Amino acid sequence: MSGPSTYTPQTGFARWLDTRLPIMRFVHDTATTFPTPRNLNVWYTFGGILMFCLAVQILSGIVLAMHYVPNADLAFTSVDNIMRDVNYGWMLRYMHANGASMFFLAVYIHMFRGLYYGSYKAPREVLWILGVIIYLLMMATAFFGYVLPWGQMSFWGATVITNLFTSLDQIIPGVGTGIAHWLWGGFAVGDPTLNRFFSLHYLLPFVIAGVVGLHIWALHVPGNNNPLGIDVKGPQDTVSFHPYYTVKDAFYLSLFVIVFAVLVFYAPDFVGNPDNYTPANPLVTPPHIVPEWYLLPFYAMLRAIPQKLLGVLVLFGAILTLAFIPWLDTSKVRSSRFRPLMKQAFWVLVLDAILLGYLGSKEPQAVWHLGVADVPLLWVARIATLYYFAFFWVIMPVLGWIEKTKPLPDSIAKSVLGKSSATAPAE
Amino acid sequence: MTSTTAPDATRRDFLHIATGAVGAVGVAAAAWPFINQMNPSASVLALSSTEVDLTPVQEGQQIVVMWRSKPVFIRRRTAAEIAAAKAVKLSDLPDPLARNANLAADAPATDANREIKPEWLVLVGICTHLGCIPLDNQGDFGGYLCPCHGSEYDTAGRIRRGPAPENLYIPPYNFLNDTKIKIG
Repeated sequence: MSGPSTYTPQTGFARWLDTRLPIMRFVHDTATTFPTPRNLNVWYTFGGILMFCLAVQILSGIVLAMHYVPNADLAFTSVDNIMRDVNYGWMLRYMHANGASMFFLAVYIHMFRGLYYGSYKAPREVLWILGVIIYLLMMATAFFGYVLPWGQMSFWGATVITNLFTSLDQIIPGVGTGIAHWLWGGFAVGDPTLNRFFSLHYLLPFVIAGVVGLHIWALHVPGNNNPLGIDVKGPQDTVSFHPYYTVKDAFYLSLFVIVFAVLVFYAPDFVGNPDNYTPANPLVTPPHIVPEWYLLPFYAMLRAIPQKLLGVLVLFGAILTLAFIPWLDTSKVRSSRFRPLMKQAFWVLVLDAILLGYLGSKEPQAVWHLGVADVPLLWVARIATLYYFAFFWVIMPVLGWIEKTKPLPDSIAKSVLGKSSATAPAE
Repeated sequence: MTSTTAPDATRRDFLHIATGAVGAVGVAAAAWPFINQMNPSASVLALSSTEVDLTPVQEGQQIVVMWRSKPVFIRRRTAAEIAAAKAVKLSDLPDPLARNANLAADAPATDANREIKPEWLVLVGICTHLGCIPLDNQGDFGGYLCPCHGSEYDTAGRIRRGPAPENLYIPPYNFLNDTKIKIG
């Protein structure tokens, strides 16, 4: 929907600047008059909310780095110093720590929304893949950040995740261990590891910001998808981005910020793990290691597989699968609103992801004591993992061929205006 | 690259390819220091060894010492633990190799190949799954249980059940006298 520019410079300076650096034209065309489908619902506000989250994390992170010391002997106490002595340090750190959780909450809603309305389908495949790359970068950044306070969970989380690479020893002996030693800068997680993780934790958010730029660029070529999943046919189907969606985004952002503020000010350690308030100890593994909540579903998949290399492959495969979705979905219809079977399979996937998250938080040998039988959670996790992969690699392609979809509306405008357009002849 | 064999190839093509090749080698050579700087530094590599006095360790006890920033378990096994480890058939072991740095790489994982003196079990205390520290005297095989993902080891530190692929490693060590060992 990048059409001809509608920008007209109003002042002499604007005309002068426009022939030298057309930045005002760019802002006008992409963020003001950009034609946007008139039927976008609340779930479409999360793109803007995610930009806000990234800005909050970068801003709070830059000021935290002014007080944090990336050294294995000093990191834990420097965080303590931020919490106790630095002016508003407690607030900045709780904003940054809970900001990561809010960021992931928003990104999961954003991703499930794209999945439900078929936003990955042609011509938005590249847009979707850029999103998967952003998600991967977010996970890497969050992992590096979680290591920095150098508590017990930081240390052992770093140990377990970097040891994932040692599974490569089962393909070529020595290669995996070599990669692990390279990542650590030693024979175990230690001071060199902490130092480089800090460097990368500072770098990656700016890489994310760059890929977000590409993501928005790729969005502005075909324009937004919408809850009906049908193409925009003309100006009657769209409204200008400003003020319609700037105001809508701002309204839902303010609700989001209220939840964020409640977390920061009333339950700042709700999503955290108490073990991370114990300084890192290389001699004692905490009895129960768990990652942050947003990584739990993948952690459950890793543990569900009894073989080391296979478990690691399943973990990475679960994320890599997302990049193939545009070609795994064979349906001609984008939106699940018109796909009765896909709608059910989608909601089962949502429940499956939540179940996997729950299983990832439990101990590996845990058992559900049901009245009739004891169910080992390991087997529940195996079935849930199976459904996750089956959804993308079997259900998605097959439903596209066999599903009888509901009739699509003629246009966004007719669908939005509904009966009123039938009674009012002059639309 | 002469015009007689390939009429389209010119002197300019040759220069393009040659320049590109030299440039690629140069970039690769310049990239290596940026990659290699992350490997363990000279100070980390400086081989360290640890001497441990065994006299205070009673039968059935285990101590943990640090060697190369890794925990090493030194366990004085009871007669029952030694007997249990010796009774295990090799065919019951998921990992058939001894993983003993003091022996050849293909030595089988018999109990005898897992220690120098039967009473003393010396192990790198890092689970071969994802690097957690196993807990001693736990699990169904009387040896170790990893709290992270449930790998279980026997009284010779050999993997018996769970996701870990290999037996606990045995570091290079030797007895300096009856009550003192040197690791590394």
